[in-house]
Amino acid sequence: MEKVNKQFLTGHEVVVQACVDAEATHMFGYPITPGTEILSGWIKKCQEDKKLHFLQTEDEIAAGFTVCGALMAGSKAFTATAGPGTVLMQDAMGMADGMRLPFVTIIAQRGGPSSGTVIYSQQEVNLAIHGGNGEGLRLVFSPSTVEELYRLTRKAFNDAWTYRFPTVVLTDGYLLKTKQDVTLDFAGENVEPKPLVSEHTQKNIRNIYTFEQELMDELENQKKDFDEMAKTVTEFESYKVESCEELIIAHGIVGAAARDAVDELQAQGKSVGLFRPITLSPFPKDELNKLVKGVNKIMIVESSMGQLRDLVKQSLEVENKIKIEGLYKPAVGIEVEEIVELFK
Amino acid sequence: MSKDSKFCPGCGQTMILQTLYRILQEQKSEEKAVLGLDIGCSLLAWDFLPINTFQTHHGRVTATMVGFNRARPDLLSFAYTGDGGAYAIGLQSLLWAAKRNDPVTVIVANNAVYAMTGGQTAPTTMKDQKTDTSPSGYDADPVDGMKLIRSVNEKAYLARGAVNEMKDMKMYLEKAIQAQRDGNFAMVEILSFCPTNWRVKGKEMIEYVDNMKTAFPTGEF
Ligand SMILES: Cc1ncc(C[n+]2csc(CCOP(=O)(O)OP(=O)(O)O)c2C)c(N)n1
Ligand code: SF4
Ligand SMILES: [Mg+2]
Repeated sequence: MEKVNKQFLTGHEVVVQACVDAEATHMFGYPITPGTEILSGWIKKCQEDKKLHFLQTEDEIAAGFTVCGALMAGSKAFTATAGPGTVLMQDAMGMADGMRLPFVTIIAQRGGPSSGTVIYSQQEVNLAIHGGNGEGLRLVFSPSTVEELYRLTRKAFNDAWTYRFPTVVLTDGYLLKTKQDVTLDFAGENVEPKPLVSEHTQKNIRNIYTFEQELMDELENQKKDFDEMAKTVTEFESYKVESCEELIIAHGIVGAAARDAVDELQAQGKSVGLFRPITLSPFPKDELNKLVKGVNKIMIVESSMGQLRDLVKQSLEVENKIKIEGLYKPAVGIEVEEIVELFK
Repeated sequence: MSKDSKFCPGCGQTMILQTLYRILQEQKSEEKAVLGLDIGCSLLAWDFLPINTFQTHHGRVTATMVGFNRARPDLLSFAYTGDGGAYAIGLQSLLWAAKRNDPVTVIVANNAVYAMTGGQTAPTTMKDQKTDTSPSGYDADPVDGMKLIRSVNEKAYLARGAVNEMKDMKMYLEKAIQAQRDGNFAMVEILSFCPTNWRVKGKEMIEYVDNMKTAFPTGEF
């Protein structure tokens, strides 16, 4: 058991602490709001502990590929980025997709397209999952509280090194800048990193295939592994859903607001519950389908024009023909009252 | 060598790779060497030598080996790339690896074209040289990697060799490895035959490389 301690910390500090506690050793990164403090916070830790290393690279492309190289060598390496940086990161994440590298990145979503706005959004869902030129076999966590940010960042390293799929902690500037009393709690041991190549191996590792069939076989195997992994890693929260007639679906920080909205709505005697996917990929499909059986309306609430809605629609089985409405506010925060209003 | 060569017959890149391997054998360092491969004809080397190798992305091998070296500074990190991977798409990372004096050895096979994609203009395409994407002849001077890197790093080991000057090429590679062992960035560019895209063979191939030396003088820099 790890020791549990309550501290007054920002989301940025919590992420850095989670990386230290996960026994990560190398961070490669390029400054971008609202993720910069993860880099500077990590660098501060490097001053205190000489076993920790960092490099501020020339761009996010280099940040991603230096991470890939360090992973190959067997170091728990990671990066953090945001917005246009998440776009540049796709080149290296694509290599990690192809070669099954335990690539961990914290994505601090900001408004897009382009340089957009710098603090908040939920518009990098598609990019986090499907930003590469392949099938989007990535593990993507969406924490809704600072404590969950800690737990899921710890878990990201463990799951990445266990299952070897690129892993994203998808958060945003609001959550990262939030400062509050938090209990840093994580049950479980750290997974040990293992090198792909070393003086004890003689491997020739490729990401280019001569024959189409070879690549398809490789992808089918990857998909099998991904589906197998889904059985253990898929996470969600069902909040006050017992015999509810209407269901809110929200993720990340909006999920936290939706939780409060459900409390208020139920206090008013309304039959509204919350389904909050914690893993956006793999998506908690079975649980969602089970849950919506008794529901007559889904209300999607998100700070995007429908990136979560599309994940929900893809996951719903055909027989679950259910009315879907939504509150879509791209790159804008959503208050509890606005969600309550939706059920007037 | 470990497997059948996937390079075209007469390709200069096999000569570079075989020379590198001979040095590693002589130094009993095969196990310590890790050869990262850019995408270009360099990718064909993935199972050419019986040492650790891995493919990366086009232009990204230097950054990848910088990361590898930072995790395992006790191993020998090689970044093997074409001239396009080094001086066009990957230049930003090459320059910065050199500027930071990262102890990696970059080996650039300079064949004056983008060979893998069929002979388009490269940053090393020479003045008046015709390619598919410079049909009336390239109208500028090529990039000089030696000058470029020297401008950001005084300590780097820099040399340019050619596949028809095998003894010197071997010496440059040996010195580059020593530079890496001493903690310095090293880059060896090697003028390399591409019979397929140059559309020449035999003696003409030697003439072609010798002509290249006007724009790309060999030696240490
Ligand atoms: C991001 C990206 N852009 C373009 C390509 C296509 N491409 C593959 S190899 C290559 C050029 C290779 O030229 P060079 O680096 O000189 O190596 P050579 O084949 O001549 O040895 C290009 C443009 C690619 N693989 N990836
Ligand atoms: S195309 Fe040129 S560089 Fe590529 S393998 Fe053939 S000869 Fe070598
Ligand atoms: Mg070339």
